[in-house]
Amino acid sequence: MMGIVWAAIIVGGVGLILGLFLGVMGKKFAVEVDQKEIDIRAELPGNNCGGCGYAGCDALAKAIAAGQADCGACPVGGAPAAAKIASIMGAEAGETVRMTAFVKCSGDCEKAKENYVYSGVEECSVMPFVPNGGAKTCTYGCLGYGSCVKACPFDAIHVINGVAVVDKKKCKACGKCVAACPRQLIELIPYKSKFAVSCSSKDKGKDVMQACSVGCIGCMLCTKQCAFDAIKVENNIAHIDQTKCTGCGKCAEKCPKKIIIKQKDKLEQSASYK
Amino acid sequence: MNLLIIGIAAALVNNVVLSQFLGLCPFLGVSKKINTAAGMGGAVIGVITVASAICSLIYDFILTPFELTYLNTIVFIVVIASLVQFVEMFLKKCMPPLYEALGVYLPLITTNCAVLGVALTNVQNSYNFIEAVVCGLGTAIGFMIAIVILAGIRERIEDNDVPESFKGMPIVLLTAGLMSIAFFGFSGIL
Repeated sequence: MMGIVWAAIIVGGVGLILGLFLGVMGKKFAVEVDQKEIDIRAELPGNNCGGCGYAGCDALAKAIAAGQADCGACPVGGAPAAAKIASIMGAEAGETVRMTAFVKCSGDCEKAKENYVYSGVEECSVMPFVPNGGAKTCTYGCLGYGSCVKACPFDAIHVINGVAVVDKKKCKACGKCVAACPRQLIELIPYKSKFAVSCSSKDKGKDVMQACSVGCIGCMLCTKQCAFDAIKVENNIAHIDQTKCTGCGKCAEKCPKKIIIKQKDKLEQSASYK
Repeated sequence: MNLLIIGIAAALVNNVVLSQFLGLCPFLGVSKKINTAAGMGGAVIGVITVASAICSLIYDFILTPFELTYLNTIVFIVVIASLVQFVEMFLKKCMPPLYEALGVYLPLITTNCAVLGVALTNVQNSYNFIEAVVCGLGTAIGFMIAIVILAGIRERIEDNDVPESFKGMPIVLLTAGLMSIAFFGFSGIL
């Protein structure tokens, strides 16, 4: 019995001495961390999403404290975080525009034609190895297997009826889905953008018509409508320059395929599916 | 002479990685670049030497008198873990670049079975304090030799056209196996 007590005392004693040693050494070898860095880290969201391009929130805090990164470098925290960080750094925050992800495709199960029924691995990255790059006739559109959904740390993007749809309110514009989409369908646009073209097909008009009922056929009608030179058709696909767009909506009215979608509509549409 | 034999035996003949298969995790994990491999080797040399010295002292002067030698494993683990903590603090303060280069592998020395392996080998062979330190140093140098050589080979592998199915870890494991066979040749020198 005494043996067990002694064993406990000895082992406990060794542990205690080592603990004291570590405690003393921890004080002696303490690395001085910039107080700014700690404060900045506290203002960052802490998701470690990497949307800023740094390894994580700690790395970004370090970079901001060292002056290597902008105060508003965190796309997730947005303007409020930028303002707080700027006050820590003693500098004025530049205006940060809140961005949101936008999927440039609306060819859902009814609207996009399929060549065949695919029943295999449900993974976007596998699709390049499947005949015609997936079941959908359109080789540019959303595959609908949710690489972006898996990439999103904020549960802000979902595949609804075969097409990825962004929940604008939840989206923090970290850019993870942009990188995850093998078809480069997702773009970051300003949160306040009124209109965006929800198609990415570079095919000629006739091919687009055959593949999908909501594809850009490159008819140029929108370009002719726009008084601000904000919408252009290149490679048979219309694209809105959000810095020039005033949101008048003339292009959307004229679009024969109705693919220049008013952003609020898209939100309501996604809500109605749920 | 006896010490020299212990040292060489630990470093080459009974190489900790290549013939005892201890410490494989950092051996495969940190051997991508020669620089970090050498840094890891250096850290392991420090930790193993000091750990075998302290473990030997504790064994001789605390565990043996109280007849608690059966507790050696648990006590050694505590010693090694706190030692690694200390090395981490030391590197963070004095060599930040090395600290960042080693990253997560530094705390992993804690679970590097090579460290515990040496401490237990010392006890098994009933080495005295000096012999234990020499054995620890030799083992650590053996680890460093192995990891630096593997890092050198891996840097060369990068430039080669490796068959698809061998890319990544498989070719590294094969290389390690071949190195192990090569080190088998040292068994004749003692």
